Amino acid sequence: MRLSGRNLKCVRGGREVFSGLEFSASSGEALAVTGPNGAGKTSLLRVVAGLLVPADGAVALEGGEAELSLSEQAHYLGHRDALKPALSVLENLSFWREFLGGRPEDAGQCLASVALDHAAHLPAAYLSAGQRRRLSIARLLSVRRPVWLLDEPTSALDAAGQDLFVRLMRDHLGGGGIIVAATHLPLGIETRNLRMEGAK
Amino acid sequence: MSALAALIRRDVRIALRVGGGALIGVLFFLTVTVLMPFAVGPDLALLSRLGPAILWLGALLASLLTLDRLFTADHEDGSLDLIVMSRTPLELACAAKALAHWLAAGLPLIIATPALGLLLNLDGAATFAVALTLLAGTPALTFTGMIGAALAVTMHRGGLLLAVLVLPLSIPVLIFGVAASQAAISGPLSFGTPFSILCALSLISFVIGPFAAAASLRHGLD
Repeated sequence: MRLSGRNLKCVRGGREVFSGLEFSASSGEALAVTGPNGAGKTSLLRVVAGLLVPADGAVALEGGEAELSLSEQAHYLGHRDALKPALSVLENLSFWREFLGGRPEDAGQCLASVALDHAAHLPAAYLSAGQRRRLSIARLLSVRRPVWLLDEPTSALDAAGQDLFVRLMRDHLGGGGIIVAATHLPLGIETRNLRMEGAK
Repeated sequence: MSALAALIRRDVRIALRVGGGALIGVLFFLTVTVLMPFAVGPDLALLSRLGPAILWLGALLASLLTLDRLFTADHEDGSLDLIVMSRTPLELACAAKALAHWLAAGLPLIIATPALGLLLNLDGAATFAVALTLLAGTPALTFTGMIGAALAVTMHRGGLLLAVLVLPLSIPVLIFGVAASQAAISGPLSFGTPFSILCALSLISFVIGPFAAAASLRHGLD
């Protein structure tokens, strides 16, 4: 499997964020997107996720399932964590597991693997920022998708959480997955780097 | 299918929890209806003549009240991104969300109608007629209102804009809803004609609403 972007150009609000951007990542590879604030890291991830239409160029996934589009084979972990405060931790996760389909594994087990099982019945409104992030990460585990698009995945995580996440990313890459992560901090795994300088 | 069922279950559950919109809609409906007799005065004949129109207006405003959160809540917390990316067609997801909104916010209004009919001096048959027209007509309000809710996401303006966009679209529903209720109560027109048109409006909105809302959401992604 190979994820590649060719000659990508992104324009937002009339301002060119980046242009002529090329990247590629194969099965088992992680791509770390770095750069100053406003360089377009999030925009790039959203273009790959299919949530933004590039002004030029295209993103392609070769070797995936032919009938599915790239965004249907990708998990997107953004700044906003898609959690409903009125629902419990388990209800939030069960919903996404059921809605995203695929091959669901046991929701309780996913919570256990991010060390949130003790809070399963707590309303998500009472979670700390780090716990919310852990719950979002549990969503990545609950349904298998080959491509993970992560936006500052380790922000708000404590040291134990970061170790745990490194292990989960290793497992994902070991299973032939692809990770594209926008980050300021080293991810703790072997990565290829894509440095974005931002438009002048 | 299980994805859509999950979406409906989640939305209904959120609406029924503390802070959800279901109860607010009913309370607003109750308030509007209770205020009307004070404004109109103690003329029972006038009140029962205005009754169906008051109930319809109350239901219309009450369903608008919670409609602006239909997509903006999901947009703000990032759920909408994941819904757009999922393998479920966005049109079906929109229809499921509208159905959930109707179940949580529309259906309670219809259940409350008999109690409110008493306040407006409507007899049993008249109340039943109004409830029946609301049952046939409120889905149309939700499914056309959904278009406005989707546009509100695109334009980053909720609330008032939604009312301005949606109210003109709901005029036909209001006309035929009230006409059918009046026909059932006092004649001379037959009940069947306006009621059939009301049902047709609902069916049209089932088709147009989800497609228009999905198109608007896709266009407005950022």
